[in-house]
Amino acid sequence: MTQAPLPKAHVRCQLNGQPVEFLADQHMSLLEVLREVLDLTGTKEGCNDGNCGACTVSMDGRIVDSCLVLAPEVDGRTIETIEGMAPPGGLHPLQRSFLEEAALQCGICTPGFLISAKALLEREPDADEHRIRHWLAGNLCRCTGYDKIVRAVLRAETAMAPKAAAGRTRRKKSA
Amino acid sequence: MTSKTGSKKSESKKTGAERKFRVVGTRPIRHDGWDKVLGRAVFGADIKLPGLVHGAVLRSPYAHARIVKIDLSKAEAAPGVLAVMTGADMPIAASKVLDLGEEVTNAVFASDRVMARTKAVYKGHPVAAVAAVDHNVALEALRLIEVSYEVLPHVVTIEQAMAPGAPLVHDDLVGSDIGERVEHTNVADHIRYEVGDPEAAFAEAATIVELECRVSRAHQGYIEPQNATALWHQDGKLTVWTSTQGSFSQRNSLSSVLMMPASSIKVVPMEIGGGFGGKIGIYLEPLAAILSRKCGHPVKLVMERRDVFDATGPGPGGIIRVKMGVDAHGVITAATADIRYGAGAYPGASINPAAVCVFACYRVPNARIDAYDVVINLSKTAAYRAPGSPQASFATETVVDEICRRIGMDPAEFRLLNATRGGDRRTDGPTFPRIGNVETVEAIRGSAHYRAKLGRASSPTKKRGRGMASGYWQGIGNKSTVTINVNNDGVVSLIEGSADIGGTRTSIAMQAAEILGIAAEDVHPAVVDTDSIGYTDLTAGSRTTYATGAAAIQAAEQVVEEMKKRAALVWETDEANVRFADGVFTNGAAKNQHLTFKELCGKLDTTGGHVSTTGVVNIRGSGGGSFATHLVDVEVDTDTGKVEILRYTAAQDAGKAVHPAYVEGQMEGGAVQGIGWALNEEYVVGDDGVMQNATFLDYRMPTSLDVPMIDTIIVEVPNERHPFGVRGIGETCIVPPMPAISNALRDALGVRLTELPMKPGRIMAALQAQAGP
Repeated sequence: MTQAPLPKAHVRCQLNGQPVEFLADQHMSLLEVLREVLDLTGTKEGCNDGNCGACTVSMDGRIVDSCLVLAPEVDGRTIETIEGMAPPGGLHPLQRSFLEEAALQCGICTPGFLISAKALLEREPDADEHRIRHWLAGNLCRCTGYDKIVRAVLRAETAMAPKAAAGRTRRKKSA
Repeated sequence: MTSKTGSKKSESKKTGAERKFRVVGTRPIRHDGWDKVLGRAVFGADIKLPGLVHGAVLRSPYAHARIVKIDLSKAEAAPGVLAVMTGADMPIAASKVLDLGEEVTNAVFASDRVMARTKAVYKGHPVAAVAAVDHNVALEALRLIEVSYEVLPHVVTIEQAMAPGAPLVHDDLVGSDIGERVEHTNVADHIRYEVGDPEAAFAEAATIVELECRVSRAHQGYIEPQNATALWHQDGKLTVWTSTQGSFSQRNSLSSVLMMPASSIKVVPMEIGGGFGGKIGIYLEPLAAILSRKCGHPVKLVMERRDVFDATGPGPGGIIRVKMGVDAHGVITAATADIRYGAGAYPGASINPAAVCVFACYRVPNARIDAYDVVINLSKTAAYRAPGSPQASFATETVVDEICRRIGMDPAEFRLLNATRGGDRRTDGPTFPRIGNVETVEAIRGSAHYRAKLGRASSPTKKRGRGMASGYWQGIGNKSTVTINVNNDGVVSLIEGSADIGGTRTSIAMQAAEILGIAAEDVHPAVVDTDSIGYTDLTAGSRTTYATGAAAIQAAEQVVEEMKKRAALVWETDEANVRFADGVFTNGAAKNQHLTFKELCGKLDTTGGHVSTTGVVNIRGSGGGSFATHLVDVEVDTDTGKVEILRYTAAQDAGKAVHPAYVEGQMEGGAVQGIGWALNEEYVVGDDGVMQNATFLDYRMPTSLDVPMIDTIIVEVPNERHPFGVRGIGETCIVPPMPAISNALRDALGVRLTELPMKPGRIMAALQAQAGP
């Protein structure tokens, strides 16, 4: 039953804003590559079958379960993980609001929720509670009961809003 | 989905004397929060070590099978394989009770559970393990191990296991029937508590209600699978890195199973991705240790989700029959309970806590409680949040609701009439200290939710109902150690041994900060390994903020005493003249002599050197106990049986909420876990004794879309056993949801659902039975 192993895949992609090049076994998932090859362990494994969302990353602007993406599929793509979310020395407004709202208890699901929530707010900066719950339904949290997570996303919306509000005010003035 | 996003959180109901707090009761950002939102926190599976290799575990596909032969030769010869082990490599453990705080087992069972020697007693029971250069090579090697099994008849339900002539899970199990020795049995233990004369009281009762309830086995559902990394050092010592609720209890278990001194083992607690009682026992750690000893490398094992369901301990399922009688005024006169839990493949299904909790909310002058610990061919159950209480309380609280309907009494009034109070005796004997049972019922009765109308259903085929239920967990105290090191800049480091699953670094640091008169941020907490702090019991039993908090207070008080001596030196005055309040030392014998804590820290080097203290506590008895009452509104679709939770309010006694946001978080999370157990979660076990829904797709835990905001009311009746009045609050919150929802469904539909989960099929069947043939 021993077969000659397939040659490793040579993969080039953009990862958290930087060009990255790696070799991966053909059967490896993006999750395995992130954690085992690239030492980016902020992306978590909860089930390895696409049902918990702990391994959520952004691929070409879409959120995916990285356990369901084969590493060779990543060639030429743009990947964002939790390690690329905060500006240097700072926090993304969602990261700040998760801290302020106590939206994490054990913290294992937190990176996946943050990546998912960021993708939502980039599309719908004023998503309401129901929309947030609908969007985040692919991420399981067993500690919080989701209450404080939803509140944190709403709080981040408010924190991110003033620029837009100020912009609207300026437009009014100029008109 | 109801939207109460704008609603104010946590109406706080304060009772009794108020101590003025500066730090306790505030909501600082948790110390470990930054690492956790940045993806930097290192959980068990994240560890990297020089020379690290990876392992995998071969597991029994059968629920019950004799292991006839294991051939390892092909696996051992495979390229990249470094070590292979079976049960033959496991030391023979000596019989010894392992009391792990919330879980009690025997070392022989703990050892056998880790790896089968002669027979597998549950599906997923490890039979061999491999270490290899990478995880995929290890997985491939498992396919090369040849095991021949002789499949044996199995028992996976309590009825099967207790039937005459049932196949025995263990041929040599010796059971106890109220102290009498029993051989050839699957009933490991039968205990009884009795007070008064229940039969005579039932004969006099005006109203009697009896229900038999069935509760499914339910998994804690932590998102992080079990993991262990071990390095067997050349000098015979062992280091284990793992996600555990208790590094010291883990060390004790490993010592008993590996037959080596506890002092030769160092357990390094990693960040832990949820536990709820499920990460107390040992699973992978001894296997990683033995593989490491064989191959000379550190070995990492991480469980797959399917194996987490199959082979770790969920909470037990059970059959619980409760009978309760009241007099003409609605006062409870008698109650009996028959509690049967399926322990899984080894004894220890938390039947004693079940007996402790089943009637704890009520004064029951005449009572008898029988509880049975039954072994079956499923993985051994473990502690799961208030272990034993939710299943038994489901029966009590639904019976109470039926009595209220029968006699036409408001369920809050009934509870206030019958509630246990401080000084009452619990059915199992102990006298309650000051408790907040009445106060949580009053908090619900006074809530906006209770006063609000239920409202009309959203369509003619939907029906709405409201339900209430109460619950109790006693909590534990036990042993904790905290060391405080004072730095010259006024910041202190706080060294502890309590695993932090939900913000306890901060709730403990805040208690030290309160004593020292400094900000929570100026206490830097660190959870360290078993070589680096004194013995500390596990994070379970709602004990961490309570007992490790008490140790932190003690250490901080010692710091204050030492600092007073230093201030006396600075001021060249008698120590008795130095006073300390609100973070400032003052000289009572001179005017205008004062130093803040921080200022005095800057003078430590010139007054005798650094200050370092250690607080050590061993608190016997219960943790003071926490009661809760929940209120829920549901809407049921009578065409499909789907239940929507419209509104949910949880009231619980926290004694004194140290960090209210994390108290709310426990209450919200516990309520939602309970909603899952109430409506969806169960082990579906086939005729082959194998769980058929061992994925998160099919084991249906609540998602964010399944639940509304959970309103919380923190009740504060001080715990007289803690200096600040703190009570452990992590567990009680999962007790009321299941009966509260059954009571709400009764209100909506007029039928009583007595079996968990109350899934759509069961609701439709109940409605059809109600409609008649």
